[in-house]
Amino acid sequence: MKIAVLSGKGGTGKTTVSTNLAYAMGIDYVDFDVEEPNGHIFLKPRDLKESDVNIMTPVIDQDRCTLCNICVETCQFNALVNTGKRILVFEDLCHGCGACSLACPEKAISEYPRKIGVLFEGTYEKADFFSGRMALNEPMAGPIISEIKRRIPKGRDHIVDCSPGTSCNVVKGVDGADYAIMVTEPSVFGLHDLKLAVELVEEMDIPMGIIINRSNEYDPLIEDYAKDSNLRILGKIPFSKAAAKIYSEGKLLIEEPAIKEIFEGIKKQVLEEVDHAISHS
Amino acid sequence: MQLVILSGKGGTGKTTLVSSFAHLSGRDTIKVDCDVDASNLHLMFEGRDVDKRPFSGSKKAIIDPEACINCGRCQAVCRFDAIEQGEKSYQVIERSCEGCNACRVVCPADAIRLEEEDSGEMIMTILKDDSYLSRANLFPGADGSGKLISEIRKASLELENAREKLIIIDGSPGIGCPVMSSITGVEYGIIVTEPTQSGFEDFKRIYEVARHFRVKSYVVINKFDLNPAMSDQIEEYCRSKELKVLGKIPYDPVVNQSNFESKPLVVYNESIAGDEIKKIWDSIKSEMGV
Ligand code: SF4
Ligand code: SF4
Repeated sequence: MKIAVLSGKGGTGKTTVSTNLAYAMGIDYVDFDVEEPNGHIFLKPRDLKESDVNIMTPVIDQDRCTLCNICVETCQFNALVNTGKRILVFEDLCHGCGACSLACPEKAISEYPRKIGVLFEGTYEKADFFSGRMALNEPMAGPIISEIKRRIPKGRDHIVDCSPGTSCNVVKGVDGADYAIMVTEPSVFGLHDLKLAVELVEEMDIPMGIIINRSNEYDPLIEDYAKDSNLRILGKIPFSKAAAKIYSEGKLLIEEPAIKEIFEGIKKQVLEEVDHAISHS
Repeated sequence: MQLVILSGKGGTGKTTLVSSFAHLSGRDTIKVDCDVDASNLHLMFEGRDVDKRPFSGSKKAIIDPEACINCGRCQAVCRFDAIEQGEKSYQVIERSCEGCNACRVVCPADAIRLEEEDSGEMIMTILKDDSYLSRANLFPGADGSGKLISEIRKASLELENAREKLIIIDGSPGIGCPVMSSITGVEYGIIVTEPTQSGFEDFKRIYEVARHFRVKSYVVINKFDLNPAMSDQIEEYCRSKELKVLGKIPYDPVVNQSNFESKPLVVYNESIAGDEIKKIWDSIKSEMGV
């Protein structure tokens, strides 16, 4: 069973839901928000193993290079520039695809592994923990997410805390999920971003439900939309200053009995929905 | 002159600040919404779209099944696991394809081409107060947000009198490519953070990125009273980095109302958070000398 947790944008409580729910369900937690990973703060994983994530980046052998320009024309990411005297590599634009070295007729291009981030594997409670962290001033999250994905053992139940937004990196997280949980908040912005995320998940043909975070008197904004779109509201997490304090200290909200009950309810609903989804696919 | 509002992670109150600045400055400023995944700013202001342009941020490979000789070389060189053996020929898994060209380079049968993908649209909006808002929609799941942000920023700089005006940029969340595109060449920045452990960690990372890009940065702590001790820690950190804290915004339930009614917070007279934002706006103006 794979559950993806998304939110049209950051800060709606995606990590709160992912960490508390993973904990309540006792299943593996995977943090795909490699730009600003926060899951570790709340789950406090043990025995973290750190490894580098590299992408293969070209190096030009200027002695062999005839300046034929083929590599520059081949690269789709403008990572190579011909100055007329030499070929320059703009490493932060390079996607590490290898097209240039395949195309070079003089075999002048070799590659070296360039570190763009790190990956963490460990355990929390009785389950596994995976996350990654992009190196500062590196632009690309995609390869780190892909690498984490490769490390998740086949067949283990897990929750994926997706990157915020609705970009291609979110697609990587949702891909292959049995069920998606959309976390939103009761505001015009929340609704706007929720719709975008729903559009994305619908297109991927994955069943989903909604959790309203910072639930308040404006909830009907989301509830009406959910009803019209035939989406189930899995639960509501009210705002309270006490909960905000617990969160700010990097603790799980589930430590608070009232919120624990909410998560037990969400867990039950999610399990029902996932069962339903799996038996219908 | 350009001012970018940043916040490692979304949801820290960045848009509350930007929309208030936008309201307070009216037609004296140009606005750019760099959150192209979920552009929001226009929802707060009435306006009309005066220009829309399609945007392509990436390409995708397409294999011609008639021409494919099933040699499998494309699959062997693809580093994104984007090629699979189909019934008749090899085929591209569109979702995984980065449009890098490697498969096309090695295909002996010339069966592969790259096609521009429809990734989104650039939009120029004129707000009710006659100021411009440059924004975009990246289609869900599409690639190329960094490039799209560069484009809408370019569009804002090409507006009439753009060089004499202040450009307020609502930066994108995160610390990766979209953020870098939002802050490249920007003189001033405000980083909005919250007094939470995760907020603090995110703040340190975004600050390092802003510093690397030589953005003169200031700090605003939102909802500082939800954890005063953590706020103090953040202030301590700022002092050690010689970063000026421009203001501390208190928790204020009026924010929920303004989010619901989709109006800038500063229009609510009774909002204590709104009052603080007005002060912050005055401070940043005097820091920038405008
Ligand atoms: S590896 Fe790919 S992205 Fe990098 S320089 Fe070569 S062609 Fe460009
Ligand atoms: S393809 Fe090879 S020989 Fe031609 S310019 Fe590039 S590195 Fe030089």
